[in-house]
Amino acid sequence: MSEALEVGISAELAQKIREHGIETYPYECCGALLGREHGLTESGDSDAKSHGVSREVLGLFPLVNRRDDSPRNRFSVTADDVREAEKAATAQGFEVVGWYHSHPDHPARPSDYDRDHAWPWYSYIIVRVHTGVPQDMTSWRLKDDRSGYLEEKISPLKVSAAT
Amino acid sequence: MSVKVMIPTPLRVYAGKRDSADFAAATVGEALSGLTSQFEELRKHLYTEDGKLRAFVNVYLNDEDIRYLAKENTPTKDGDTISIIPSIAGGRDER
Repeated sequence: MSEALEVGISAELAQKIREHGIETYPYECCGALLGREHGLTESGDSDAKSHGVSREVLGLFPLVNRRDDSPRNRFSVTADDVREAEKAATAQGFEVVGWYHSHPDHPARPSDYDRDHAWPWYSYIIVRVHTGVPQDMTSWRLKDDRSGYLEEKISPLKVSAAT
Repeated sequence: MSVKVMIPTPLRVYAGKRDSADFAAATVGEALSGLTSQFEELRKHLYTEDGKLRAFVNVYLNDEDIRYLAKENTPTKDGDTISIIPSIAGGRDER
């Protein structure tokens, strides 16, 4: 993972993530990022390819935060939810390329807790929601050695192929 | 006796981009041991430093979660499929 990391997402889908964060505030929202990773599957021409972005998010699969004990600062997605997200992605010809969640009243940076519950390769998008208003959005990938995260650039895609 | 282990997409980069691998194994633990011996780089993403499956890593024998069977001692039979599914978790640190 030495190359510059980048994930493409349309303004429309990015806005949907923010709206999910508003909807669940002051609790954390979460969901799956559905899309394509070039080099993993052959996907033909696409907006992302033409922009030189190797990973594109083309759909979202909002999920229910299963943590009812501390939903303000934790989110949890069960293995069954993950399977459902994978099925939804496959049905649209996509992969689950990552996950999103919100940090209510907290910076959009991954925590130690995030790191302990993550795998490399996935993109982890975090949106900060401050007093109910969405702020900055960042995206991260876990380092191969699990020692921390690398921030990846979020690039706007002009077209959303699926919503 | 051959058991197929499905390798989840995020971990395929550590397994020569393969989506599955077959192992001769009598238990789920033996199959996973075969997997992490053949693909050493996978180990730290499945197991903690003290050798326990990470809490967010779920292992299924066919469609059954091994937590509700005999965990890693669950016996396998020829043609079984093992799937590795993460539960996704995270959140901000409390200050």
